[in-house]
Amino acid sequence: MSILVYIEHAEGSVKKTSLEAVSFGKALADKTSGGEVIALALGSISDEALAIAGTAGASKVMHVADGNLDAGVIQAHADAVAQVYKQVGANTLVLSKSSLGDAVAARLAVKLDAGLVSNVVDLPDTTGGYKVKRSIYTGKAFAETTVNKDHKILAVKKNAVDLLTNGPEATVEKVSLSIADENFAAKITSTDKAEGEILLPEADVVVSGGRGMKGPENWGMIEELAKELGAATGCSKPVSDIGWRPHHEHVGQTGVKVAPTLYLAVGISGAIQHLAGVNSSKYIVVINKDPEAPFFKAADYGIVGDAFEVLPKLIEAVKAIK
Amino acid sequence: MKILVCITHVPDTTSKIQFTDNDTKFDKSGVQFIIGPYDDYALARAVELKDALGASLTVLNVGEADTEPTLRKALAIGADDAIRVNAFPTDALFVARQIAAIAKENSYDLILMGRESIDFNGGMVHGMVGELLGMPSISPVMKLDVEGETVKMAREIEGGKEYLEAKLPLIAGCQEPIAEWKIPNMRGIMSARTKPLNVVEAVDSEVATDVTAFKLPPAKGSVKLVDKDNVEELVKLLKNEAKVL
Repeated sequence: MSILVYIEHAEGSVKKTSLEAVSFGKALADKTSGGEVIALALGSISDEALAIAGTAGASKVMHVADGNLDAGVIQAHADAVAQVYKQVGANTLVLSKSSLGDAVAARLAVKLDAGLVSNVVDLPDTTGGYKVKRSIYTGKAFAETTVNKDHKILAVKKNAVDLLTNGPEATVEKVSLSIADENFAAKITSTDKAEGEILLPEADVVVSGGRGMKGPENWGMIEELAKELGAATGCSKPVSDIGWRPHHEHVGQTGVKVAPTLYLAVGISGAIQHLAGVNSSKYIVVINKDPEAPFFKAADYGIVGDAFEVLPKLIEAVKAIK
Repeated sequence: MKILVCITHVPDTTSKIQFTDNDTKFDKSGVQFIIGPYDDYALARAVELKDALGASLTVLNVGEADTEPTLRKALAIGADDAIRVNAFPTDALFVARQIAAIAKENSYDLILMGRESIDFNGGMVHGMVGELLGMPSISPVMKLDVEGETVKMAREIEGGKEYLEAKLPLIAGCQEPIAEWKIPNMRGIMSARTKPLNVVEAVDSEVATDVTAFKLPPAKGSVKLVDKDNVEELVKLLKNEAKVL
């Protein structure tokens, strides 16, 4: 028996969220005598870049270096993962929640006749049965979910376990598969993606601005603070609705749900729909000139003050500790 | 062309979430139920496609009798008829099997739903239906146009979007800004009362996963406020107390 971890990569590196999934797999294997932890990567990426999966806990990496898999065609990825899963005789598949991961996992649940649990926030409790804690109601509650199938798929939320970094580098084993044409029925014609930016769903620190920023021309301060903190930038729904910022920066109930270590909100009042997107953050800092802003009730630290006065000082203070 | 939109019946986004029966059941008291916000986007786009292409539009919900007002609202927004699969939706695979069974019978060209429900947030049903029916399943879709047999879509990915093309039939999990939510008008509300709402029994499905207990997150402690003229203090707290810098 073994645990297979489906890992994603972008711009030549394994995504950090995928490395967390590897560490989750390793912790699960240690806890349940679950055997070997095998990472699986699809598409073009170097062996050197893949070897890092070992430091996060994988004993080896299997690599399907098929250029047709470079674009994340959902059906094709699902088919490839299912083939390798069966080949290695795994009984559990672990992956990190993502745009592609979610879509692939759902098809795999049917393909592998597996019980799928998404938004997993902790290691399963296997003392009696197989119980998995997952986040529900957009972070407002948790559900203990019992999996009744022999095969399990766990789609893990960011920060569910600590990322391991001290393992030895893993060896990379090439696998070639034959993937039927019908799995490429949906064709990706182009992508439009920010390059070299820290991506919001994967960021450890997020700086978000709301209507209190008064206009898109004032986002320079948000971006500068984000740069100093190594953070991704986000925004509230009204801000993306009126087009001050692109839709993929919208944090909230119907936008991106983030789970950073630090979420810093500037000029956002904290409507319940916004809070639903940030309630998995470890620490929340709120800067708002209205002391009655509901966001302060959800915050760990706060400053009651005007963003245009506070932000420049905050940027200087962050620079000063570097 | 035949379009099916699958909708969930979920607590309003402003609801306070609470549980009863020793934390094993969702507490419905005082909670207003709505069409899932993502499903509402799917429905709005489907109504636009119906008008533009002369398609038929069926809405489907897997749920007990108390979900019928939600289905009636979808009829008021513009669906032609509704189907309720009479069963408590135990998990995603159960719901997917019900949708697949109905779809096999009626051979829809396009099956739309929200990217995820806002109660369990699984985001799996569209993919499972796709696999059960052997069709492409694309999610989360933020733009969808039908040109003859070809569907052109934009799908949200981390940090941007990708553009896709596929032939009908297919399944899409939708999100904003695919269309603007539609508010039912008086004529829609009146006509919804007499549109067909068919109740069918569920097909058998095993229980792959089931929820055995609910839990609320621990209450948040009170906020530590820092004076606006002493911003350095905030940075110190983040560095030394929270240890996040």
